[in-house]
Amino acid sequence: MADVTNRDIDYVAPAEVEEEELYHAHSWITKYVFSQDAKVIAIQYSLTAIAIGLVGLVLSWLMRLQLGFPDYFSFIDAEHYYQFITMHGMIMVVYLLTALFLGGFGNYFIPLMVGARDMVFPYVNMLSFWIYLIAVLVLVASFFVEGGPTGAGWTLYPPQTILSGTPGSDGGIVLMLVSLALFIVGFTMGGLNYVVTVLQGRTRGMTMMRLPLTVWGIFIATILALLAFPALFVGAIMMLFDKLLGTSFFMPAIVELGEQLSYGGGSPLLFQHLFWFFGHPEVYIVALPAFGIVSDLISVHARKNIFGYRMMVWALVAIGGLSFIVWAHHMYVSGMNPYFGFFFATTTLIIAIPTALKVYNWVLTLWQGDIHLTLPMLFALAFIVTFVNGGITGLFLGNVVVDVPLSDTMFVVAHFHMVMGVAPLLVIFGSIYHWYPKITGRMLNEGMGQFHFWVTFLGAYAIFFPMHYLGFLGVPRRYYEIGETMFVPDSAQTLSAFITVMTLIVGFSQVVFLFNLVWSLFHGEKADPNPWRATTLEWQTPETPPGHGNFGKALPIVYRWAYDYSVPGAKEDFIPQNMPPSKVSGKKKTKPRRAKRK
Amino acid sequence: MIVAFVLLLVVIGSVGFHLISPWWWTPIASNWGYIDDTINLTFWITGFVFVAVLTFMAYCVFRFRHTKGHKAHYEPESAKLEIWLSVLTSLGVIAMLTPGLFVWYQFITVPDGADEFEVLGQQWMWSYRYPGKDGRLGKTDPRNVTADNPFGIDTADPAGQDDVLVQGEDLHLPLDRPVKFLLRSLDVLHDFYVPQFRAKMDMIPGMITYFWITPTRTGTFDILCAELCGVGHHAMRGIVVVEEESAYKDWLAQQPTFAQSLAKANAGTRRVSTLNAGGSVR
Repeated sequence: MADVTNRDIDYVAPAEVEEEELYHAHSWITKYVFSQDAKVIAIQYSLTAIAIGLVGLVLSWLMRLQLGFPDYFSFIDAEHYYQFITMHGMIMVVYLLTALFLGGFGNYFIPLMVGARDMVFPYVNMLSFWIYLIAVLVLVASFFVEGGPTGAGWTLYPPQTILSGTPGSDGGIVLMLVSLALFIVGFTMGGLNYVVTVLQGRTRGMTMMRLPLTVWGIFIATILALLAFPALFVGAIMMLFDKLLGTSFFMPAIVELGEQLSYGGGSPLLFQHLFWFFGHPEVYIVALPAFGIVSDLISVHARKNIFGYRMMVWALVAIGGLSFIVWAHHMYVSGMNPYFGFFFATTTLIIAIPTALKVYNWVLTLWQGDIHLTLPMLFALAFIVTFVNGGITGLFLGNVVVDVPLSDTMFVVAHFHMVMGVAPLLVIFGSIYHWYPKITGRMLNEGMGQFHFWVTFLGAYAIFFPMHYLGFLGVPRRYYEIGETMFVPDSAQTLSAFITVMTLIVGFSQVVFLFNLVWSLFHGEKADPNPWRATTLEWQTPETPPGHGNFGKALPIVYRWAYDYSVPGAKEDFIPQNMPPSKVSGKKKTKPRRAKRK
Repeated sequence: MIVAFVLLLVVIGSVGFHLISPWWWTPIASNWGYIDDTINLTFWITGFVFVAVLTFMAYCVFRFRHTKGHKAHYEPESAKLEIWLSVLTSLGVIAMLTPGLFVWYQFITVPDGADEFEVLGQQWMWSYRYPGKDGRLGKTDPRNVTADNPFGIDTADPAGQDDVLVQGEDLHLPLDRPVKFLLRSLDVLHDFYVPQFRAKMDMIPGMITYFWITPTRTGTFDILCAELCGVGHHAMRGIVVVEEESAYKDWLAQQPTFAQSLAKANAGTRRVSTLNAGGSVR
């Protein structure tokens, strides 16, 4: 067997620099509002993201009501419908998923898991949240300006985005672009923090190859985001200029409803390239943290090390790198040079290989495990089901010629919801059930959790699995109503109504989940500091919830990787990362190799 | 136990749904049967992986669920297994990608002698232009667009005078002749999409894009816009009629040329100005 990272060591290098004094809050305001503590910022980020996510959820209900029962709801006209789908998409992808995974989970877990007292730049970290909050408020404001929010689709393709045939093409689109620019500014501040903290803030003994995969996933995703978001930033600023100053970055000569506009010479395709240069890595910005976290959930609850840790790390790096050269697979039928299709189809299908390996390693971790079917484990299993399903439909859409009939149909909607909506959200739920005891000191209610799990998993699967087949039929996406056609049978409308009913049910079960979050805060069972008997550092804090500075007087020293579960000969079926080898009783191993270097 | 059973049920249910689903491709009406074949091949390969991975997972959940005294096996990694799995996955990917790229090459390579015609998209209607007797389409520029010249044809280009213009009517195509769709938009992005043709392509203002097909059966099909183009996107419909070549030629002969429609418009303008003159006298 290859030399793996599970070998523990006696020797840990002495600290090279003294610990720096941590910022201490002096008042309630600096402790809980303008806080510089990453854990408080994490909760602020998460609550804001969940709040705006609820708006996104309600918007999905409204759009599904229109699709399922086209003639019943007179208050949903075409203009509103397009505004609903646009805001739903943008909110869910950027303001919920990105913010929750990086701003929420990243802030909470990076310092705790790498053994740091806080982020490296706490003040900048605080600014990151407040700018994010302003971005969200600007976004919400766009609902209240004249003409309403933009209805250009979340992809915001020019020229229509800023022309009068599109809802919200005045105030709505301006606020949308300003909000995105603000979001990116705020994210950059946080993102730099996450990367630098992983690189510079690790405690003694915590080598990169001993980091839990949760940290690896968030780390790589943050690097992607730092490199990808600038493309969107540039696009948003140029489009603002086109809208407000009359420039023509993305605007060719246009005749709108018989009238010559004063634009000319710009390129609509340029915006699409900029958008997807951001947009495709964005998929992995959401997916990689989920990949990392789910690896840890599976490992802890199957009481087994993650299978092929090093392969898992390199797969994350490979997927991250490849994700920058696949963007134009969103543009196979955009009218770009058709020869691009050969290159982008090839890179896109290559990315399936490291991704498939991750899936294999997740299920191989279950093999010969000791599987505890806790709520986090259930969500992890459901993640694998939905991710495998959404991943293989990606092989349809990535294979350029297969994409031609399927693009812009409901197949695409079903695919990306399954792979980057449902699958990452299941991981988010799983991790909330997993870490809530550490964050609050109480367990979430099991009964409500089971209800939430089964309704969400089976309901979401029942929504999106059959939706693919509407796409095969040729039902286009972004249609206010399909109306009379010669190729869509009436039964498709029945299926659509079924999907709408399921959407309402699954949405309702999220209310149960939110109630559980609040109820358990006061009435939940008191949690053990390490209820799942996990190895990683966040479970080894002296206080639960962890106090200011995370680790009490002395930072932990790390002696081993994060996955010493069911090690033969050990007393317990887990060995915390900071447990010195001398304390692992019944240790049969020969003297560790690296000790010789002393 | 229940969990493993439900997981298995999800696999069986998915495969079952696929087999009995009444929602499937519309019967094809073009030469792109190869696209359908590539999709079916992709279904077989990915379907196998889907069933294999999830059944294995369900088995693990059943077989290795926690019981008292049970302990997990300790095995960090297996380079051999991982290499094998990488190789098998790569083979699967190659098996899907290779035919896909071959068919893509055919899709973007228009056969010599294909008929050309133009589809013009604007919010929210379709118009069509055929090259007329000289077999060439006249030059266009959106700056030329006026009420009398809705296609923006260059009046100085002789090739444009005999172009046949079809507005507010169905599109007609001859059976069994390869045809290249030249796609143009005046305002925003559109996408010319006929589900039975299996082909679609965006239309971009300032550019001419294309795709080609050979219609393989007669019939009447829906044209949809497949790229969000504003509040009337879902209502941007049209109809294409595929018919025998003789019927197609008869239909085409009845459509006005650019020169004819210009003359008619001019005559109309003269009449209007006469009326106006009369009005001012009165």
